[in-house]
Amino acid sequence: MSAGEGAAAVAGRYETVIGLEVHVELATKSKMFCGCPTDFGAPPNTQVCPVCLALPGALPVPNEQAITYALRASLSLECRIDPGCRWDRKNYHYPDLPKGYQITQYARPLAREGCLRFTAADGQERSVRIRRLHMEEDTGKSTHEGMPGGTTGVDLNRAGVPLIEIVSEPDLRSPEDARLYLQALRTLLLYTGVSDVRMEEGSLRCDANVSLRPEGSEEFGALVEVKNMNSFRSVQRALEYEAARQAAALDAGERIVRETRHWDERRGITFSSRSKEEAHDYRYFPEPDLGPSALSEGFIEAVRAGLPELPAARLARYAALGLTPYDAGVLVADPPLADYFDRMLAAGAAPREGVALLTVELLGRLNAAGVAISDPRCRVRPEQLADLQRLVGAGTISGKVAKTVLEEMLASGEDAQTVVARQGLQQISDTGAIAKAVAEAVAAHPQSAADYRAGKRQALGFLVGQVMKATRGKANPSLVNQLLEDALREG
Amino acid sequence: MWDWPAHRIHRALAAGEVSAVEVATAVLDRCDAAEGLIGAYVHRRERAEVLADAAAVDEALRRREPLQPLGGVPVAIKDNLSTTGMPTTCGSRILAGYVPPYDAAVVERLVGQGAVALGKTNMDEFAMGSSTEHSATGPTRNPWDLERVPGGSSGGSAAAVAAGTATLALGSDTGGSIRQPAAFCGVVGLKPTYGRVSRYGLVAYASSLDQVGPLCRDVRDAALVLGAIAGGDRRDATAHPGALPDYESALRPDCRGLRLGVPREFLAEGVAPEVRAAVAAAVDLLGELGAEVEECSLPTVSYALDAYYVIAPAEASSNLARYDGVRYGLRAGGGGDYAGVFARTRGEGFGPEVRRRIMLGTYALSAGYYDQYYGKAQRARTLLCREFDAALARYDALVTPTTPTPAFGLREKTADPLQMYMSDVCTVPVNLVGLPALSLPCGFVSGLPVGLQLIGRAFDEETVLRIGYAYEQAADLGRRRPPVAAMGAGA
Repeated sequence: MSAGEGAAAVAGRYETVIGLEVHVELATKSKMFCGCPTDFGAPPNTQVCPVCLALPGALPVPNEQAITYALRASLSLECRIDPGCRWDRKNYHYPDLPKGYQITQYARPLAREGCLRFTAADGQERSVRIRRLHMEEDTGKSTHEGMPGGTTGVDLNRAGVPLIEIVSEPDLRSPEDARLYLQALRTLLLYTGVSDVRMEEGSLRCDANVSLRPEGSEEFGALVEVKNMNSFRSVQRALEYEAARQAAALDAGERIVRETRHWDERRGITFSSRSKEEAHDYRYFPEPDLGPSALSEGFIEAVRAGLPELPAARLARYAALGLTPYDAGVLVADPPLADYFDRMLAAGAAPREGVALLTVELLGRLNAAGVAISDPRCRVRPEQLADLQRLVGAGTISGKVAKTVLEEMLASGEDAQTVVARQGLQQISDTGAIAKAVAEAVAAHPQSAADYRAGKRQALGFLVGQVMKATRGKANPSLVNQLLEDALREG
Repeated sequence: MWDWPAHRIHRALAAGEVSAVEVATAVLDRCDAAEGLIGAYVHRRERAEVLADAAAVDEALRRREPLQPLGGVPVAIKDNLSTTGMPTTCGSRILAGYVPPYDAAVVERLVGQGAVALGKTNMDEFAMGSSTEHSATGPTRNPWDLERVPGGSSGGSAAAVAAGTATLALGSDTGGSIRQPAAFCGVVGLKPTYGRVSRYGLVAYASSLDQVGPLCRDVRDAALVLGAIAGGDRRDATAHPGALPDYESALRPDCRGLRLGVPREFLAEGVAPEVRAAVAAAVDLLGELGAEVEECSLPTVSYALDAYYVIAPAEASSNLARYDGVRYGLRAGGGGDYAGVFARTRGEGFGPEVRRRIMLGTYALSAGYYDQYYGKAQRARTLLCREFDAALARYDALVTPTTPTPAFGLREKTADPLQMYMSDVCTVPVNLVGLPALSLPCGFVSGLPVGLQLIGRAFDEETVLRIGYAYEQAADLGRRRPPVAAMGAGA
């Protein structure tokens, strides 16, 4: 059974109920409870100190930046903040957990009762409730790579890196919506600047709770936790598979067992894992090395005031400017791109024409060259691209010439005006000059003229091309068309 | 010279009457003579190293650099305080051979003031015990009677000060581990307010109760050491950052204007009549010194020991989870998987009392038992705090015995943990409420010292030091030396 077939099996008879638990690594320079750097990819066990190695006698000290970031994320998710939030210890033994416990927030998380709005698969705006958002520290990593046979290496560089965990209510109703929610969450976090949110590098990790219930039922079915989904696509695929598996089981009269299942990306299935978590009693209790927080009203309000424009507000603003939902979506999903666009707007670019120039022409060329919009190798500044758009808008150059000019701007870093002036690319809108070229083209290609007059409309295209060639593309295309038609009619 | 208090050494050094090398030599000689009988140390530094440190103090004096209050004073350090040049084993096999790569904050501060470290003192394993018999290296003996225990867990520190094998010593106090051995060995011990002294580098037993403090010859020395080690530390989130008073200048020879409460629960049955009598005499003397003395009541104190033996083991079960054989200390041989090596390492590495408390604490935190045990104990702790707050709103300090009996015999209580725990019945409540308390000698019963405990308001160590000093001056017990002091005492 494929995931696609499965979706059909579920549709109409069962409702899929999904809640997501998302872990996000915060982009702080240092770890949650010590001063060690958080850089990704350093040689094993080089970013460690007595605290994150859990040497006897070492003590945790909370990272203010991490708390600020977690607060930003909480406020951007419209959560209620608990100023007296508290740290707890989650106890379990594992080689990559050096203290034998993880410092987390259990009974009093930083934030509760938020929501995230996103555009669902059916095009409708949907709101998913956020149950809680709390701070915690990451574990180290166990590795078998490069280790002598049968042994495990432990790298504690990641131990103590700050994380937030964002737990949604079971408000999602399809695997595709789960993916869209996750992507919207990613975008929101990018906006707040608190994380790189890269699923591939593990700075965004997602577990899902999924259950089925008969359509129209109010009661929830038995919950299955799905883990090990490493991309947005695999989240959707894994959940489609899992929903279908549960539907088939229910159809066969089986009971769904509450369990944890792992997604196998290669085989495209989930499989039951008797994981350590299931049998575990974490023996949570308040972390005695850290007192309760006392986040002041002033601090919370300062963080709130420092939030940038968030994706929902930006989408609304772009819609009001007349951008299509698609264009607005493309921009908003990519904060550096949207920032670029906003600078174009500030420099006087027309929104709809500007977005085409940006997303089709500039971005197309940058993508081909493998250069990001925020890369200094992108030599066209937003203000310069806005100027280019204004030259087109004013009729100074044609849209076609604009592409040539853009190429030149990318190569030289020059302004549009400079390129246009140096290469004499101003559009010819002088009727006399164009009429002369038209006459010459008609005279030079009598057969084409005759074909056109005989009703072969495509001959016109050839003649337009000849005129454009003669004017090095500078002739105003609509004038060329008009004058050619006139000339051929007269002749 | 080996029996001089630190302030006398300071005066003599400042006046040029003796050199730091002479002082160190006297104490080292004393160590050589008495250590074989007492066994206070688990690690002694080489004579040459100690003398080199002392010579550096003399050299600084010759350069006319100012002499710090503890400059040139020979000190002993409890083996649960991290020290770079010396092993830190906490009296446990599991940390055999572990030499920390960093110094505890208190060690840094003492050594930074020019104190001369002699070595590490014996203790009950991980500070769990009241007799220093639960040590992987064997017991320490009481200088007043070699067949008796010195108390614990800072028994090595107390015995060293009493026997003259250190001028003063650092200890730690979780349920009485400074005060009870101070009482048993006839020295002065101070447990500062929780948060007054940084715990950074103190190997944790029960983090919400642990506090570092001095064991000294007299109250003035306790004031000097507190001044040297107290104060905020950005590496310990529970260390109080406020400004420090000058503790020495708080010392006065009278108790005029002070109101003292004598809580009757601390004199209930179980307290030896001779101890009761000694405390009653001390209370009378405090009255003569100008204090207004009144009997009072703290009814919840009778639940303190029960609450302590839930909370302390609960925290310990988590704090000691890091000893897994992966990063430092003992690793059991025989190979196998993590769980196997982990279990064998801990089975071989921890002694019976530590294992008992880990099991107790793990149980108390388990799902289904948390509310019944840990939750209830915390509620008792809250009530106890309220009672002490109310009492200390009325009184400047509370006066109690430090222990219900004088030092008991070696092996007398090892077979009966509950009897052993009872030895801390007067000290444990103070840790639960986090207040400062001073223990000082107040008489003798059958040749064994009896301790008087003074409990003060939070962060008001000055008052208990002042009362203790006034009492000490008036009672004049200071000249009495333990019989072992006669041994090897040529000077």
